[in-house]
Amino acid sequence: MGKLNMVKALNLALLQEMERDDGVVIIGEDVGVDGGVFRVTEDLHRQFGGTRVIDSPLAEAAIIGTAVGMALYGLKPICEIQFSGFAFQCFHQIENHAARYRARSQGRFHCQMVLRMPYGGGVRALEHHTESEEQFYAHIPGLKMVIPSGPRTARALLASAIRDPDPVIFFESKALYHAAKEEVPDEIETMPIGRARIDREGRDLTLIAYGAMLRVAREAAEVLREEDGVEVEVIDLLTVSPLDRETISASVQKTGRAVVVHEASRNFGPGAEIAASIMEGAFLSLEAPVRRVTAYDVPFVGFAREWVHIPDAARVVSAARDTLAY
Amino acid sequence: MAQAKTTILSPRLDAVLARRLLGQMALIRRFEEKAAEMYALGKIGGFLHLYIGQEAVAVGATSTLRPDDYAVSSYREHGHCLAKGSDPRRVMAELFGRRDGLSKGKGGSMHLFDKSVNFLGGHGIVGAHLPLAAGAGFAINYQGGDQVVLCFFGDGAVHEGEFHEAMNLVALWKLPVIYICENNRYAMGTAIHRALAQTEIWRFAETYGIHGEAVDGMDVLAVRECVGRVVERARRDKTPALIEARTYRFRGHSMRDPAGAVYRTREEVEREKQRDPIALLTARGLKDGVLSEADVRAIEQNVADAVDEAVAFAEASPEPPASFLFTDVYKD
Ligand SMILES: Cc1ncc(C[n+]2csc(CCOP(=O)(O)OP(=O)(O)O)c2C)c(N)n1
Ligand SMILES: [Mg+2]
Repeated sequence: MGKLNMVKALNLALLQEMERDDGVVIIGEDVGVDGGVFRVTEDLHRQFGGTRVIDSPLAEAAIIGTAVGMALYGLKPICEIQFSGFAFQCFHQIENHAARYRARSQGRFHCQMVLRMPYGGGVRALEHHTESEEQFYAHIPGLKMVIPSGPRTARALLASAIRDPDPVIFFESKALYHAAKEEVPDEIETMPIGRARIDREGRDLTLIAYGAMLRVAREAAEVLREEDGVEVEVIDLLTVSPLDRETISASVQKTGRAVVVHEASRNFGPGAEIAASIMEGAFLSLEAPVRRVTAYDVPFVGFAREWVHIPDAARVVSAARDTLAY
Repeated sequence: MAQAKTTILSPRLDAVLARRLLGQMALIRRFEEKAAEMYALGKIGGFLHLYIGQEAVAVGATSTLRPDDYAVSSYREHGHCLAKGSDPRRVMAELFGRRDGLSKGKGGSMHLFDKSVNFLGGHGIVGAHLPLAAGAGFAINYQGGDQVVLCFFGDGAVHEGEFHEAMNLVALWKLPVIYICENNRYAMGTAIHRALAQTEIWRFAETYGIHGEAVDGMDVLAVRECVGRVVERARRDKTPALIEARTYRFRGHSMRDPAGAVYRTREEVEREKQRDPIALLTARGLKDGVLSEADVRAIEQNVADAVDEAVAFAEASPEPPASFLFTDVYKD
């Protein structure tokens, strides 16, 4: 297949899963004829027709509610919400129905469905079109929360999410859609959900990141190696929930120091859970408190100042240095 | 109660009114054209949803208001904000993300607010501001006022539950709110008949037992007459209404599809452009002898100057300082 950007890689996963299983359907605003705001569903309407690639009215609650109904009766809907900031219009359907049907029906019904949403800033957009809200979903029992970091992981994780018997919230970073191309194999590839990846090995400090923040963590790790002679281990989380506590603990047991980076705001965010998990899994190895580098606890600010808000490598380097000097 | 009235005999036009309406529509048009240019130069962030083609709706409708009446809108709101009386310089500065913008440069194109002219904001979430308009109407009644609220939104908002919830509520509680649906027949790339089971939007008023009416949204005088009537009634006896203004956006949904010609045929777009609201009013004014060619040229010159001044003001305004990130989250 060759090198694909994230949009094309996601499109490939959708295409192959639809070919593989005719229970898989796509539903969302402008996903069909138009091919989606970010073109992720491009051409699928032409190949599979309007009953499998469904253009819905502009009604998020109806999209998710309908998809839950489809899933209860055996279909495997993939819903697209145009921007994650619009998902509050259907939050009750996600939280109250999709997440809980298995529990509420005592296992008799379940929702095999995926909610794809573009998330995150760095694209000069405004408020609802820039936020990172993974913490809301990661907090809900019954949901899985997946955020790939590049074309190859995006393709493999989306295929896994579609096959997962439980509802998966699948965040796609807008900043990564066209950022880089990667080699993506022709044949179907999947990846286990709930498993983090060691992106770079090191012994002095662990950086934990996901989605668009992986690039920032990599950049910071490089600076720390060059300027400080420090070997940083970078973990690419890939799944926010369920959290891969083993991989994180094993790394921090080795390094003794950890910094978590995310684009979501700080209060009660994933960084807090990860820090608590490190306390439980690697307390006796810790040489310094776990630090968090996150967006601030304010609504996403206008495009002119977004780079003050979103963590960058300089902020990560500075937090890492504090941790190393502790 | 509800009625469809697509053709209306436009009311009498005098020179003062003609100049005022044409001036406002021309200002919005020029402002939007300039904004598109500035976006292309990378000076404006966000997606930028232009109002070009729909000017008659904002101008005709707000021309019936008193300054203390309210207007509230969606993300395609530059036109409503300007028509309500906001300073073009501060609107442009907001689009630029600058400190002197209406929202201190932190909001951007979709989030214009102006308390000084009772403009209750642009809203990024489709349909979500409709209940807010109902609440403002409730507050007016509660305080014994006689203002009205005009709430602008697109045909796409009718797909959302909040449209129907708000409609029921204003009918039930008798609130002085006029809902103005600007039906440009597309919600992003989705044509209305592919998304609404009932495409005659004004008919939803029947269900809720309120006044509903369709109006030619390209004819500023027709809009003015229609909205003027329901505004006066709302002021008098708190009667809400749903007006469907049939209009068309000449540009794309946003600057991501500047031509907007993927899901619409070029012929359709060209045909609709024949009914340019500015050209229609100009022709009418010239025909009635209330506008001269010289008047029209003077208006064009005035708005071009005003918009150039707005751009210069925006350019000169500084970017918001980083400390602005932390202001206005709670009471400072
Ligand atoms: C709840 C929500 N869903 C989706 C969007 C993305 N979106 C922005 S505008 C738009 C189309 C709206 O169409 P319409 O209401 O007809 O207004 P128009 O753009 O034609 O003025 C969509 C789908 C959004 N902003 N909010
Ligand atoms: Mg529309």
